Amino acid sequence: MSGLQILWQGAAVLVGGGLLGLVYKGFDRKLAARMQARIGPPLRQPFLDLGKLLVKETVVPKDAVAWLFRAMPFLAVAASFTVLLYLPWGPFPAVLGGYGDAILVLYLLAVPAVAMALGGFASGSPLATVGAQREIVMLMSYEFPLAVAVIGVVWRLSTLGVGPAFSLEAIAASPLWAQVGPLGVIGLAILAACLLVVTPAELSKIPFDIPEAETEIAGGLMVEYSGTYLALFYLADAAKTIAMAALVVILFAPYGIAGLLGLKGAGAQAVDLLFHLVKIFIVMFAAVTTVRVAMARLKIDQVARGFWLQITAVAVAGLILIVLDRMVVG
Amino acid sequence: MGLSSFKRALWVFHVATGSCNGCDIEIVAALTPRYDVERFGIKLVGTPRHADVLLVTGPVTRPMLERLKRVYEQTPDPKAVVVVGGCGSTSGVFYDSYNVVGPVDEVIPVDVYVPGCPPRPEAIVHGVVTAVAKLEKVAERG
Ligand code: SF4
Repeated sequence: MSGLQILWQGAAVLVGGGLLGLVYKGFDRKLAARMQARIGPPLRQPFLDLGKLLVKETVVPKDAVAWLFRAMPFLAVAASFTVLLYLPWGPFPAVLGGYGDAILVLYLLAVPAVAMALGGFASGSPLATVGAQREIVMLMSYEFPLAVAVIGVVWRLSTLGVGPAFSLEAIAASPLWAQVGPLGVIGLAILAACLLVVTPAELSKIPFDIPEAETEIAGGLMVEYSGTYLALFYLADAAKTIAMAALVVILFAPYGIAGLLGLKGAGAQAVDLLFHLVKIFIVMFAAVTTVRVAMARLKIDQVARGFWLQITAVAVAGLILIVLDRMVVG
Repeated sequence: MGLSSFKRALWVFHVATGSCNGCDIEIVAALTPRYDVERFGIKLVGTPRHADVLLVTGPVTRPMLERLKRVYEQTPDPKAVVVVGGCGSTSGVFYDSYNVVGPVDEVIPVDVYVPGCPPRPEAIVHGVVTAVAKLEKVAERG
């Protein structure tokens, strides 16, 4: 790809991803409200919130480490939007697909959490410090099952000779489900379930909103952030939601429907892209919206123990099944 | 942006300066499915830094005096203050208490008073929406 091409495609993905993130946030809030028998905010509410935050005063507290406090919102936005560039979008390959793979995406997904934690520590508020510590503990607990799920898929693909390993495009181009035996299917289902459990944790949504916990530590990490900086974190969250849900789709459901409908050319691409977005929406709805309406907040020790013992055990069991499948099926 | 930004995206922070908890319960009632203020984009936030409107309930007690001032100063501009309940407006039944400094408007500037003991949720929602007009005027001036 030429530099110019990367440039305009990158711009399209970034703008599209940002808008999509906000629209999905609107759907999330509307649907959550409907499930609680409320009318809920209009779909464009996230845009209104963002617009309002931009006209508000932005305060940097006196006790804060000013440069760190100011830099972190930008880092969070940059990292979560960069992930979008490394993800394939349905029929379209990733803009920077040749420059990074699944491992890079995993690391980039961790950066906004680290940025929020650092911003929290830098803000000089005890509440934010508590929130930041919790964020780091959460990060350490869900990272392992997340890595197991991704590596299980990647490893099985590489044994099937699908290369290059870890390339998200290769993963998206050859869905695993049909290529493995019954044991492998069970293993994959388990890994997919683990990834769905990790998704709300990665996004700090209820029941994993422990670092923010408005009713208990007053917004935690975000307690001192206001105005433009808060808007940036808001945007980062929207983009990260899309990125995380897209990762789940790419790993476990990278199917298109254009072939089934017998479409070709631009029409097929459009339909597949749309279908991809619908799948992302379904993942978000299942793993974020429904869960956050149905559950209450967990405690940090429950989350740490749950992810380290139970979820990790389940994920490793899934991985072992996939290994067994490799021995049986080849 | 600017002018109408606050119309449908108003974040509210609730400060209890010594209320009997009656007004506070009515504020929470406004969030329930029956009244659902989120329809208007009104959201209860956990910290004054995120707030556009301060909902103050209760007469100002001596220990809350400095805290109320502090919370007001922590709220980023433009902001509005809505006093909910008779106590906050006039000190109400606690007017001659040894521990009450006075109504809220003797401590911080107040934009909207919602009388009642406690006011109904409809009245609270109306009060918050009235505060929007003030915020828009401030935003317009820049
Ligand atoms: S106005 Fe009435 S309900 Fe409200 S705090 Fe005062 S006494 Fe309680």
